[in-house]
Amino acid sequence: MLSSGLIIFLVLVLGVTAMGFLAANWGRANLQHFEEWALGGRRFGTLVSWFLLGGDLYTAYTFVAVPALVYGAGAIGFFAVPYATIAYPVVFIVLARFWSVAKRRGYITSADFVRDRYGDRTLEICVALTGVLAALPYVALQLVGMRAVFVQIGGIFAAGGSFVALAVAFAILGAYTYTSGLRAPAAIAFVKDALIYVTVIAAIVVIPAALGGWGHIFSVAQTALAARKTPAGILLSPGAYFAYATMAFGSCLSLFIYPHSITSILAAKSSFVIKRNAALLPAYSLLLGFLALLGFCAIAAGIVTKDGNQIVPMLFARYFPDWFAGVADAAIVIGALVPAAIMAIGAANLLTSNVLNQFTPQRPPSETRTAKALTLVVCAAALIFVVELPVQYAITLQLLGGAWMLQIFPTFALGLFTRWFHPKALLLGWACGMIAGTGMAYETFVATGKFQANFPLPLGSVTLLGFIALYALLVNLAVAALATLALTAAKVGAGTDATVAGDYA
Amino acid sequence: MKRRAWYWLLLLLLPFAGTLWPPFYDRLEPSFYGLPFFYWYQLLWVVLTSALLGIVLLATRKSDAL
Repeated sequence: MLSSGLIIFLVLVLGVTAMGFLAANWGRANLQHFEEWALGGRRFGTLVSWFLLGGDLYTAYTFVAVPALVYGAGAIGFFAVPYATIAYPVVFIVLARFWSVAKRRGYITSADFVRDRYGDRTLEICVALTGVLAALPYVALQLVGMRAVFVQIGGIFAAGGSFVALAVAFAILGAYTYTSGLRAPAAIAFVKDALIYVTVIAAIVVIPAALGGWGHIFSVAQTALAARKTPAGILLSPGAYFAYATMAFGSCLSLFIYPHSITSILAAKSSFVIKRNAALLPAYSLLLGFLALLGFCAIAAGIVTKDGNQIVPMLFARYFPDWFAGVADAAIVIGALVPAAIMAIGAANLLTSNVLNQFTPQRPPSETRTAKALTLVVCAAALIFVVELPVQYAITLQLLGGAWMLQIFPTFALGLFTRWFHPKALLLGWACGMIAGTGMAYETFVATGKFQANFPLPLGSVTLLGFIALYALLVNLAVAALATLALTAAKVGAGTDATVAGDYA
Repeated sequence: MKRRAWYWLLLLLLPFAGTLWPPFYDRLEPSFYGLPFFYWYQLLWVVLTSALLGIVLLATRKSDAL
């Protein structure tokens, strides 16, 4: 028999599916046009962009994994909050500028800009492939977030490792993304975010009170964390300060280089919309912060699970009536569908525009068809990835993906402000950064049996535990700067810059 | 970009200074409704950053090149 929670869950999920298909009629645009399909015609105002970007950046996986990290490791897991705070000054300065040049010159992706700015095909392809490589495990992790809910619901949803439920969800996702392009997640984002706000606010009102207040929760959590096999706590240890700060800083630099961020940013109708959203989006970070605190609530509630990803659905099942748990479950599943669609579109755009295309500024009319087909390929690949391989692979690859993504920062983000770097030097820096990042991550695997985000860098007599992505970026920047000096001194041609100063205003 | 408008952007350095030095805020007291300082201090910066961005936005909206 269907419970009230399950009925609400099904109604909400089917409702947004219908919205996804109907979104094709939004604005009566010609969806054969690449910009209309991929970027919603660059017409979204402040409100639509706020929901779209919020729905895109704060994914279901984030909402499941951040509390899980706090549950497992204590205070260090809270780094997501300063990260999601200082990312916005970066958006304000870097992405608003990118929007202007992209609008002026018709870019769909970050690599479109790189092609124009540096006139270097290899650099363009490397930037594009880095984005695709980082996006794929991210899409896969949205499935992991969904699976946590399906397992909690049980029954046919959990049958066969949730494979059937996940396959159905992703088939539907692929179908409406194919039909409606970016308009589909943009329409669904309204529902997703409304559900997320309602559930998180309810959770933060109800759960701490039921557990005897924050003071009690933190004192229980401190005792429990200190008794763990790897002791942790509700405060950082001094040895973790540098790791905490570098994780927040490194992550904030890479967040907006991801293909899904770029796609949502470019869908805005003006750079002013982006700046306004930089000031308004931190509302979601506040939500994320409160969700992170649910990790401590789970400890205080005595929830014991090997899979930390289950704690949010478990808390809702325990503290809320069945029908409301259905709302929360729907929030997580829909919360996975929105970013997964945008990530698939972003990756497909990069492959279409920068890898498969000829090296020309003209856009062939077949481009939209190619991108639509590739969206389906990306969804299928992510599904196979999650079903065939252990979850740990997706998590590890997403971790590595963060380090890889940051390696296009000099080419893309610094490139928006200066053409000082030589394109070949940027390429060399990128390669060294990729190798250094992957190498450090592998070292931690050899030392601890698990890929870690932080590397203990030996500096003379002390070791400095810091974020691998940021260490790799430093290698990248040093190599790019030195190689630029060398190549310029040797008078090697630096490629043509098709952009002019006026494009950036 | 006008020189005066550029100065406003310096305000955006404050969130970095406020959040990237953990020794400053890695403490329990003063707590707020049972929330240790570590947590409410960082949540406060979310709100402050939003406010600072709003101020910079209003102050620079007339300078087109920003």
